[in-house]
Amino acid sequence: MNLDAKIPEGPLVEKWTRHKFNIKLVNPANKRKYDIIVIGTGLAGASAAASLAELGYNIKSFCFQDSPRRAHSIAAQGGINASKNYQNDGDSDYRLFYDTIKGGDYRSREANVYRLAEVSSSIIDQCVAQGVPFAREYGGLLDNRSFGGAQVSRTFYARGQTGQQLLLGAYSAISRQIANGMVQIFPRTEMLDLVVVDGQARGVVVRDLVTGKIESHSSHAVILATGGYGNVFYLSTNAMASNATAAWRAHKRGALFANPCFTQIHPTCIPVSGEHQSKLTLMSESLRNDGRIWVPKKGIKGLTAKDAVHIPEEERDYFLERRYPSFGNLVPRDVASRNAKMMCDEGRGVGATGLAVFLDFADTIQRDGRDMIEQKYGNLFDMYKQITADDPYDVPMMIYPAVHYTMGGLWVDYNLMTNINGLYALGECNFSDHGANRLGASALMQGLADGYFVIPYTIGDYLAGMPYEKIPVDYEAFQLAEKNVKDRIENLLKINGNRTVDDFHKELGKIMWDYCGMARNEEGLRHAKQEVIRLRDEFWKDLKVTGTNDELNMSLEKANRVADFFELGELMIDDALQRRESCGGHFREESQTEEGEALRIDDEFSFVAAWNFTGKDQPEELIKEELVFENVKLTQRSYK
Amino acid sequence: MYFKLKIWRQKSPEDKGGFQSYELDDVSPDMSFLEMIDVLNESLERKGGEPVHFDHDCREGICGTCGMFINGRPHGPQRGIATCQLHMRSFNDGDTITIEPWRARSFPVIKDLVVDRSAFDRIIQAGGFVSVSTGGVPDANEIPISTSIANEAMDAASCIGCGACVAACKNASAMLFVAAKISQLALLPQGKIEAKTRAENMVEQMDKEGFGTCTNTEACEAECPKEIGLVHIARMNREYYFAKQSSESLSEREKVHEG
Repeated sequence: MNLDAKIPEGPLVEKWTRHKFNIKLVNPANKRKYDIIVIGTGLAGASAAASLAELGYNIKSFCFQDSPRRAHSIAAQGGINASKNYQNDGDSDYRLFYDTIKGGDYRSREANVYRLAEVSSSIIDQCVAQGVPFAREYGGLLDNRSFGGAQVSRTFYARGQTGQQLLLGAYSAISRQIANGMVQIFPRTEMLDLVVVDGQARGVVVRDLVTGKIESHSSHAVILATGGYGNVFYLSTNAMASNATAAWRAHKRGALFANPCFTQIHPTCIPVSGEHQSKLTLMSESLRNDGRIWVPKKGIKGLTAKDAVHIPEEERDYFLERRYPSFGNLVPRDVASRNAKMMCDEGRGVGATGLAVFLDFADTIQRDGRDMIEQKYGNLFDMYKQITADDPYDVPMMIYPAVHYTMGGLWVDYNLMTNINGLYALGECNFSDHGANRLGASALMQGLADGYFVIPYTIGDYLAGMPYEKIPVDYEAFQLAEKNVKDRIENLLKINGNRTVDDFHKELGKIMWDYCGMARNEEGLRHAKQEVIRLRDEFWKDLKVTGTNDELNMSLEKANRVADFFELGELMIDDALQRRESCGGHFREESQTEEGEALRIDDEFSFVAAWNFTGKDQPEELIKEELVFENVKLTQRSYK
Repeated sequence: MYFKLKIWRQKSPEDKGGFQSYELDDVSPDMSFLEMIDVLNESLERKGGEPVHFDHDCREGICGTCGMFINGRPHGPQRGIATCQLHMRSFNDGDTITIEPWRARSFPVIKDLVVDRSAFDRIIQAGGFVSVSTGGVPDANEIPISTSIANEAMDAASCIGCGACVAACKNASAMLFVAAKISQLALLPQGKIEAKTRAENMVEQMDKEGFGTCTNTEACEAECPKEIGLVHIARMNREYYFAKQSSESLSEREKVHEG
């Protein structure tokens, strides 16, 4: 298979403009003849569904939540980047592009990333017009804050609830189109298979989660905007039901899965408190603007936050400020996470488990006053206190890295189309813009860029060549896919073993975290692969799912998703094994600089690893898309 | 910690439903309330029983999916949080905890503690938006907005659509939910153009969904996990009355004068 990313000719800054002119258009009167299915109603899905409906296409929008407003984009806290340069501090599209490429450790496509930077400003305009209440300065203009991996202030925010506000903006846009009759919404409905006819994506099979009814929907194109796969690790900052099933089923129908091993471990999460832990809670990266991260110079077993207050200044090690004087506490996420792990590995971690470091606001509170901190981070401080019973106004927070985002995802070309014609992937669900590490406040930007400003243009180019006829859902391909889905559900229900889904999921997550988490090595990965295969076999023999298919059955829903996590987990390990370099969030212990930083091997690994499913229990085929850098010079990332 | 749990079990919308008692030991005070239910469910499933169904997703208090009526209060005993943010340290060892779904005619029970809140979506579809399509909008800094207005709008916009206000109200009124959106958009210049029709249409849809009327008991404000204030209901009433009085629909205007 030869991968063509379809990157337009011409200089970087002109590619998108030229491309928009060159691609085909669908006449306004003909748009209503095309049906598009959009899976997921997060930032990417809701913005795409609304924007395409505004253009006149017929949209069917599906989400597994009870309302489109609940997609997990809602939980993003810190902000959204845009190269507005409102602060007069030297920002530009090119700088945002450059920071993103560098932050991603040179493993993303130049053309895609430049386009992202180019449309970023329009996103802010759009959201403000929808009534998103961004933070403002006293003069009434929009405020900005700084985020990791950048030396300009370009992050727009709405308190610590930016994702919520942007999602509710997109939700209001899709709601307007539902009222207009242009979007048909299917909540509590999960996609369980993709239907491909003659090499084209022509529909999906879904399950109504309330009644268990399996149903087919036919369309001219299918858009997946289904988020990431961080829940492979069981514990992550993802929502409990976030899953990879739609993307994984598409993969098994032929869509390539790119860079699955690129996962982001976020440095500032609330540490695990015990076995019962069901998920991890993020403390926004924006806290690193004003908080100082430290551990004691000499390890103190079980050091509590209350006792930490009494440790004198000279006995504290502000390790990020010490090791990275120019970026300090604002180094990119992968660097901050790895350093926290290093401190804990050295035995200098704090808290009951020794798996935590301090994030301390004492200096800032003394300098700026409590009011200032309350205004900026009040809700985050409250959230922290609620979970841990420690008050961060009085004692330092304890934080530890946790799985947060997945840079890998379905392979897409410049048009955001996968290698299956008519199947698109948007937002976190694709692999395209963040390389091996995503910068803070860039996920919201990408989700909305894809949905509001990219797909409305690029999908027309494909649909313009499509016949108007629809394929009836009693067509063979739909029937086969429905049977496939029903058989699998039946298989899950009839195992009737002894272990619950959560029990398996926890064990899978632990294997992935221990061997394919913050640090990876050949031996560990090989061991993990065996373990995942062993556990997967056990899953299919000893799983217990109670209830039936014909009702709301949350155990069955979970089982369906975890079954896919097993397969995806194995692919993540394969991908981590083949990439014998370190880059961004992927840290291979065999490949590091003398100072312990990630060491890329550009001659060998400057490519996108796109995996092709070749059949059940067959090894997947690795297809490489070479990355060509014409505008930036590849250097060892330095935040010193 | 040890707890006695009385949980509402209802197999389907048609089923009558009733309370079932469970006992749970070895509960850590650091567990969240939902993690406590997870532990219960694990043990039920191991014994071949059906787990207690409940809605939940982000477990950070922002998605608005979870909602349990705990000891007679939506989201439990603490102010300003959603069920998922409640921790077991808020209870005493040996307590009996009663857990029910939201009770409102407009939120029919689907199963156990899971209810159908799609009425909220339909209210938003009736007008909870600014009618701008993608592209062609002015620069974000074109219209300055004072910080106090932006902050007040943000207070209203922080609604998570969980339905606690309805569950708390003896009339099952949705006024606080509807007011939060009307107020947010009425405050901002971007929302002003459609303020009148928005207030009229959203209130009309609210009534159509069968939510009760407001009798100013203030229970909604007390139980709102985002602490959204009654001031927004006052603003909605003002918007609504003004809209009716000068409605762009003349028949509506006459109704106000008549009545």
